[in-house]
Amino acid sequence: MGIELYLDLLSSPCRSVYIFAKKNNIPFTFKQMEVLKDLVKGHSDGFGKVNILRKVPALKDGGFTLAESPAILTYLSQTYKTPDHWYPLDMKKRARVDEYLSWHHSTIRSSVFKIFWLKVRDLNIQSWTSYEALEDLTIPLKQLEEKFLQDKPFLVGNMISLADLVAVTELMQVRLIAIGYNILEDMPKLVEWRNRVEKAVGKELFQEAHKVILNFQDLNSMLTEPQLKEQMKPRLLKMVA
Amino acid sequence: MVVELFLDLRSQPCRALFIFAKKNNIPFEFKDVELLKGHHLSEEFGKVNVLKKVPAPLIHCLSPQHLTSACYVPCSDIAILLYLSRKFNTPDHWYPSDLQKRARVDEYLSWQHTTIREKGCKIFITKVLVPLVVGQPFSPEKLEEAVEELNSALKQFEEKFLQDKPFIVGNEISLADLVAIVELMQPVGCGCDIFENRPKLVEWRSRVEEAVGKELFQQAHEIILNVKNMSTTQLPPELREHVKQFLKP
Repeated sequence: MGIELYLDLLSSPCRSVYIFAKKNNIPFTFKQMEVLKDLVKGHSDGFGKVNILRKVPALKDGGFTLAESPAILTYLSQTYKTPDHWYPLDMKKRARVDEYLSWHHSTIRSSVFKIFWLKVRDLNIQSWTSYEALEDLTIPLKQLEEKFLQDKPFLVGNMISLADLVAVTELMQVRLIAIGYNILEDMPKLVEWRNRVEKAVGKELFQEAHKVILNFQDLNSMLTEPQLKEQMKPRLLKMVA
Repeated sequence: MVVELFLDLRSQPCRALFIFAKKNNIPFEFKDVELLKGHHLSEEFGKVNVLKKVPAPLIHCLSPQHLTSACYVPCSDIAILLYLSRKFNTPDHWYPSDLQKRARVDEYLSWQHTTIREKGCKIFITKVLVPLVVGQPFSPEKLEEAVEELNSALKQFEEKFLQDKPFIVGNEISLADLVAIVELMQPVGCGCDIFENRPKLVEWRSRVEEAVGKELFQQAHEIILNVKNMSTTQLPPELREHVKQFLKP
């Protein structure tokens, strides 16, 4: 039957899974999910069965279903025996990838996630004019540079790994939140690293994965119906509480 | 070469590491770090922890001899647990070689960061840490809010992760259960018995305790279960300021 990947490329974890699978020629069926619309309408039963947590990304491999992008990424890398640099066999290097993936979840991902939903919620009340919430990212970005990247070309060494992929796809999310805002503006080291990651992934694949968010001129255009906004409000308030 | 583990047993991740290392007879040197006494600001610790800025109570690290530099950032406990399990070839059930079972452990370890861990931590911070630092009694509203959030996470824990299995990943204890139990003991230590009225969780907890070994389990949790004593600890002013930074409203 082959693997099914339930993805919405609006979501950064979905993009990292998508890029990883494509880059490594892992055969999969792309199951399009629409996170924002689903928030309103509720999920179809099919997806509910796949993922009780109702999150994307999700993987289905026969009767086996899996959520959480770090788990999906490491599962794919080990099952399909992808090139070592993604998730090195060397214990210490692997520990560094594990370390990054855990840290990322509670810091960068957590902040970006909150900022994203705050923006969606605030569209109901006022237009987004300040980038205050983005300041929340200053400290984690500094730690990313000083603790994880340091003077290495990639987070774990000389080659791209799952850590770099997860980090960069998350940082790209800021493009969606703050159009025209370059979050890495004063951090040339991170900019160079980001470019290296894009190159290692392949420009074409990278652009393809980010097409959805790069084409979003304004988040507002997604939510044109007033009714949609009203329906989303209670759920959003809960999510960013 | 002996592993050095810098641990403060008031911290959940530290307890998981302590239990795991002891249970698997991994030879280690226990470096007792008392966050609230500012040990992490000391010279010795400074050599290991370049940033010296670690939000209490999330501190744990592995000495430099074993990694090119120590893991000391919050959440690196997961990486350390995985590293130890590989390096010391611990019994398979902790982190199964079967890729689907392993993925289940990874799935839980990832999910719990912003759910069980974050909310459990919030209760500890609200009820114990904040009063300690600001010198005022805890806010009942804030505590209630934190408990509600944890309740929501507990529901998902029971329905999605535990279900009707004896342990999270199947018939034997794994790193997922270990990490879960130490997190859930944190609110218990502050007097919030989250196991009350949750018979399924109570049974799971007994199984985990038994699998770990009652004695080791009690030993690891002795400090946190007596955490009431913490509230009378006098925090030196410079440390108070330092900890305050990490306590966001």
